[in-house]
Amino acid sequence: MSAKDSVVLSDMKPGSRGKVVRISAKGPLRRRILDMGLVSGVEINVKGVAPLGDPMEILVRGYSLSLRKQEAAEIHVEVM
Amino acid sequence: MEAARVLQTGETVIAMAGNPNSGKSSIFNNLTGARQHVGNYAGVTVEKKEGKLIHQGKAYKVVDLPGTYSLGAYSEDERVARDFILKEKPDVIINVVDASNIERNLYLTVQLLEMGANVVVALNMMDEAKEKAIHIDVAKISKLLGVPVVPTVATKKQGMKELVVRAIQAANEPKREALKINYGSDLEKELKKLEDIISSHSQLSQEYPSRYLAIKLLEEDQEVYQQVKAIPGTAELLEQSEESAAFLLDETGEDAESLIADRRYGFISGVSKQAVRKRISAEQRLSFSDKIDKVVTHRVLGIPIFLAAMWLVFQFTFALGDPMIGWVEGFFEILGGVVGGWLAAAGASDLITSFIVDGIIGGVGSVMVFIPNIVLLFFAIALLENSGYMARAAYVMDRFMNTLGLHGKSFIPLLVGFGCNVPGIMAARTLENKKDRIITILITPLMSCAARLPVYVLFVSAFFSQYEGLIIFSLYLLGIVMAVIMGVIFKRLLFPGEVSPFVLELPPYRIPTLKATMIHMWERAGIFVKKAGTIIFSVVVLIWALSVLPWGVEPGSKESALGQIGSFFAPLFAPAGFGSWEASTALIFGILAKEVVVGTLGVIYGVGEEGVVTAIHQLWTPLSAYAFMVMTLLYTPCAAVIGTIKRETGSWKWTVFTMVYTLVLGWVMAVLVYQVGRLFGLS
Repeated sequence: MSAKDSVVLSDMKPGSRGKVVRISAKGPLRRRILDMGLVSGVEINVKGVAPLGDPMEILVRGYSLSLRKQEAAEIHVEVM
Repeated sequence: MEAARVLQTGETVIAMAGNPNSGKSSIFNNLTGARQHVGNYAGVTVEKKEGKLIHQGKAYKVVDLPGTYSLGAYSEDERVARDFILKEKPDVIINVVDASNIERNLYLTVQLLEMGANVVVALNMMDEAKEKAIHIDVAKISKLLGVPVVPTVATKKQGMKELVVRAIQAANEPKREALKINYGSDLEKELKKLEDIISSHSQLSQEYPSRYLAIKLLEEDQEVYQQVKAIPGTAELLEQSEESAAFLLDETGEDAESLIADRRYGFISGVSKQAVRKRISAEQRLSFSDKIDKVVTHRVLGIPIFLAAMWLVFQFTFALGDPMIGWVEGFFEILGGVVGGWLAAAGASDLITSFIVDGIIGGVGSVMVFIPNIVLLFFAIALLENSGYMARAAYVMDRFMNTLGLHGKSFIPLLVGFGCNVPGIMAARTLENKKDRIITILITPLMSCAARLPVYVLFVSAFFSQYEGLIIFSLYLLGIVMAVIMGVIFKRLLFPGEVSPFVLELPPYRIPTLKATMIHMWERAGIFVKKAGTIIFSVVVLIWALSVLPWGVEPGSKESALGQIGSFFAPLFAPAGFGSWEASTALIFGILAKEVVVGTLGVIYGVGEEGVVTAIHQLWTPLSAYAFMVMTLLYTPCAAVIGTIKRETGSWKWTVFTMVYTLVLGWVMAVLVYQVGRLFGLS
């Protein structure tokens, strides 16, 4: 998983899919992201973006999760 | 304390734990029926729901723990839940798991099992799982987790009987071994070191399951760390845990927290692979929820739909509620007349008659008059919450709310604030981050609550009866605009540079059950009545007493205690156009409960409900009336709100800050309105 293959989740377009490789967030945000099942290796699917352009909605482990782009920028994904 | 402990022994305690949106509340309602009680956990602001379950003639205490995704230390809800499990040691925990979203739900289950808790899993929403073509081998899951698993459909009351039987059975069984997830050789080696130290420390090994404590220390859970630090003789353990965490980071390039979360989810994936079969992947199918979301969160339609939903809530509450208010008022008027007649016939003195009719019956009436609006509002909010739309509203609005320094979820407390600031402020507890919570709490009092409406209605009917809707709407709008401005100021000034996570589940849309909606509605209405019952009622009686004291003065006159207090403060409000002692007196008592402003004016003008309008029409101008309404909207919130802020923030600093800033803001805006209005020749 070299750096060139991974992008940050916030840059992914609706409809694209990928695998989480790394979480760079710290503190409460990191904990929250992990608790919600966004650990390395998990598959995610970008469902869409809110009407005002932020936050975004993803599908992970069969459920819908929304997060702000700022937070999604801390999640590194290998695009599939 | 001691007595309470003794009483509790022998009583079987069933705790309920589960993720938000797992149907935990529905199961709790099914088990306990109407035998519920809402209180607070000691020292914190999290709501504690308790109920009684009757099974075969025996009563069991059921405690509904806050809905959480995990048992970490970052949110108050999670801390409360895990402290309850560790310290109160419930006999059994019913863990409600959403079968249609099983992986993430089992993450909490795994943590409960790691604590060595006695768990029975309610595998809920089996119907939804079936609809999603998810097949679950219940026996297999039960075997893999080592606990009883009961399939349920809470909304249809399926599986409840078996759940109760299994829970009671488990409660009477000896405690089982804590679940041991294999965290891999690196982690296990470090865990072993910590566990050995813990086992050799008598107090620690008594208070905590040793493996659980070792895991928490490796995760660098600050709360647990502080608790352990407070216990003597733990320096070695803490040193070792820091050393182990550093070693793991060095060895694996990952911190222990991530490694542990990875492994837990790894374990769950293993369980899921063996016991869950999905015929079609979630990505391949467009579910019912997705279809609704396509419209509701649509680029163009999303916001108009949101605004329409809010408009509907507002109309439902007020258009439907106002006629009901008339009935309540009518009832208390008739009651007052009848009781007054009896008292006169029985030869009661004027003082006694006035105390009973104006003080007591009037006091109770002024509480009850708000019930229709509040019940309707909370009915609507319960529908929004239980259907799943509330989460979408937060999603759609977060960008906007975020620019105001708020969270998408802050929208909910602010909306509830329109009904009554007290539950609105209470709803701020859904915000995990302290910054979001504090800012939301600070500006919620600017939302024009239902108790302020009678003040507007009074002045509007005296001066603006043709523009009723417009004038009242302008006040609501002013409150919102002020909240926006203050929110931005507070964000910049009080919490510079702080951001907070918005990681929010968007649960599938569900048809809300009438029962859940009704229970929620009455619960919230009950909280209002309780606070109103004690505070509003005592204020009305207090006003009545102050208006007739010192003994012998003309009731409510300038010479009464009431009039003297008002006269003292009156000059302060002259620049706002209402420098009369009557106005000041009403405002002072309005701090005790805002709608009391109307009652106070009625008492001091010495006229009935009908007469107040005429009296105001004669003594006020339209401009001073509007300035006064602005003041009523913005100034220091009522006593109940102040008490709630103290309770929710746990700090007098924030409480006093709110009281003072709102007072200054109200005065400034009222003066501004009056002076600018005069410049335009509006007086």
